[in-house]
Amino acid sequence: MIVATGTKISDGIAIGRIRILKEHKYEISYSRTEDKEGELARLEYARSEVQKRQRILYEKAMESAGEEGAAIFEAHELMLEDEELIDPCKELILQRGYKAEYAIWSGFDKTAQMFREMENPYLRERSVDIGELKNALLDVLSGWEVEEESDEEPYILVAKDLTPSETVRLDQKILLGIVTQEGSSNSHTAILAKSMNLPALIRCKEIDKEWEGKIAILDGEHSCIYIDPEAQFLKEMTAKRDERQKQEALLSLLKGKENKTLDGKTIKVCANIGDPSEIEDVLENDADGVGLFRSELLYLNSETEPSEEEQFQAYKRVAQALAPKQVIIRTCDIGADKSVSYMRIRPEENPALGCRGIRLCLTRKDFFKRQLRAILRASVYGNLGIMFPMIVSSKEVRECNALLAECRRELEEEGVAAGQMLTGVMIETPAAALCADELASEVDFFSIGTNDLIQYTCAIDRQNADLEDFLDPYHPALIKLIQMTVEAGHRHNIQVGICGELGSDPMLTEMFLKMGVDELSVNPGSVLPLRKKIRSIDITGTQSKE
Amino acid sequence: MKEFKHIIQDPVGIHARPAGFLAKEIKKYQSAVTIVKGDKSCKATSVIQLMGMGIVQGDEVIVRVEGEDEEACAAAVEKYMGENL
Repeated sequence: MIVATGTKISDGIAIGRIRILKEHKYEISYSRTEDKEGELARLEYARSEVQKRQRILYEKAMESAGEEGAAIFEAHELMLEDEELIDPCKELILQRGYKAEYAIWSGFDKTAQMFREMENPYLRERSVDIGELKNALLDVLSGWEVEEESDEEPYILVAKDLTPSETVRLDQKILLGIVTQEGSSNSHTAILAKSMNLPALIRCKEIDKEWEGKIAILDGEHSCIYIDPEAQFLKEMTAKRDERQKQEALLSLLKGKENKTLDGKTIKVCANIGDPSEIEDVLENDADGVGLFRSELLYLNSETEPSEEEQFQAYKRVAQALAPKQVIIRTCDIGADKSVSYMRIRPEENPALGCRGIRLCLTRKDFFKRQLRAILRASVYGNLGIMFPMIVSSKEVRECNALLAECRRELEEEGVAAGQMLTGVMIETPAAALCADELASEVDFFSIGTNDLIQYTCAIDRQNADLEDFLDPYHPALIKLIQMTVEAGHRHNIQVGICGELGSDPMLTEMFLKMGVDELSVNPGSVLPLRKKIRSIDITGTQSKE
Repeated sequence: MKEFKHIIQDPVGIHARPAGFLAKEIKKYQSAVTIVKGDKSCKATSVIQLMGMGIVQGDEVIVRVEGEDEEACAAAVEKYMGENL
């Protein structure tokens, strides 16, 4: 048995076979060659090979997924048939003497760009197909083999690193747990793993290719993974895992019960989600609503900017499914650290301090207005709220509110219905916490984002895994800023919630409630444990504990 | 030269698969087939160009067929488009 350690994201236990996420990066050489005929032949070879593979995939998919699911592979095969797609590549070889790899890279990119710029969303998405074909051709030229996916068997995923969009795309039904070599416990991927309630281990330095296919136990409680465990140990851990699952089932008995402290104060416990597909988790865990809908995932998971209509559909789906519960949508919080190619955000020295969140939105007003319009339209179908991220001044809030009003007016003129909703700001910069009184007069609620608030208060990059030892999540400065925010909010009679990671920390629940926090919004998987905790707290100290 | 008009019925316009099969159909003949929409036109044998026209449901296109076997080719194309696009 091998034991490898890392940093845990949750206490869960996962037992199953390991699957290693293959990295495949292409090394594209810009070097030129005299052997043009040879490169043309390689291009044609790759083309016919990919066509063959697409045909095999098509037939395989016909069996497992039927006509509709298989169609894409046939479309790919037919697209490769088209000389228009291949000619630009041939030209790069014949006229410029590039090797086939670069010719494909550059030629296909040009075609993909043409599709990306199209109006029709269906055709815009075809840029993805062009990209996939490009990769398939490069795979052939590099001799890289696509692995047969053993679809049905549940597995523990081991990877060097995972991007947020990769994490979301994993099939949750058969994903038992995640182990990565990099990442930090505040990274977006870790947050996502937590919200998917997946056992996860990060910064596991000893990851080894040899693990592929082996039975492993991911032990969150002890922050480690055991490879090839002995039979007796496997049995013990399986029993332990089942026990945990039983505990979780017991927690589920709390569902439907009132969320009151011992002395009778009702606390709202909401869920944080990033995608409409998580609606089920919200309902399953009986959350009082959604305190934070991270709308940026809609942008990060798309190859092109989601249109107003696409966004409207996503928000409407969440609003409708959860009505009359409230869903608070945080407007797009992307920047150079969470970037997407189509946004063409320039890399920055200091992305955390750069053009992100509301700064990006107020710089690109048309982009921002598409989202505001979509939210306004969707608010007709349920109980939506909206909040703005990365606010540092009341001037920004007034600007946001003015844009929101402008969108409302425009919709009215177009005869399109727009609903009423509460507006709020994220308190996630020290500036916002210190000016909370001024901000409170512009909005209906505050939501404290503790992750960014601690990063900006302590000047510690939360993506930098090496600094984790310096990051004290209970730093007194952070606690003071939270307290100031709650007091300022209540002076102006507005609600104050916490939607950051600290909200689910049971060590802090009592303190937060004593400060007067009205709402806690946590990952769906933390809702029930938090409710259990709340029901054991006596805020005023008037109820004797049994 | 043979010419006919067609209104696109498919909800997503002209997309990859039907366009690909159209190209295959045309390649059985000697004639050249051009699709015209407004001031844009393209070879009907190119899936990429055809999709690049951004043709959507309800658009009227003109199909021009030119070549030795244009009669038979135009008939085949008209039949295919009527059934699939």
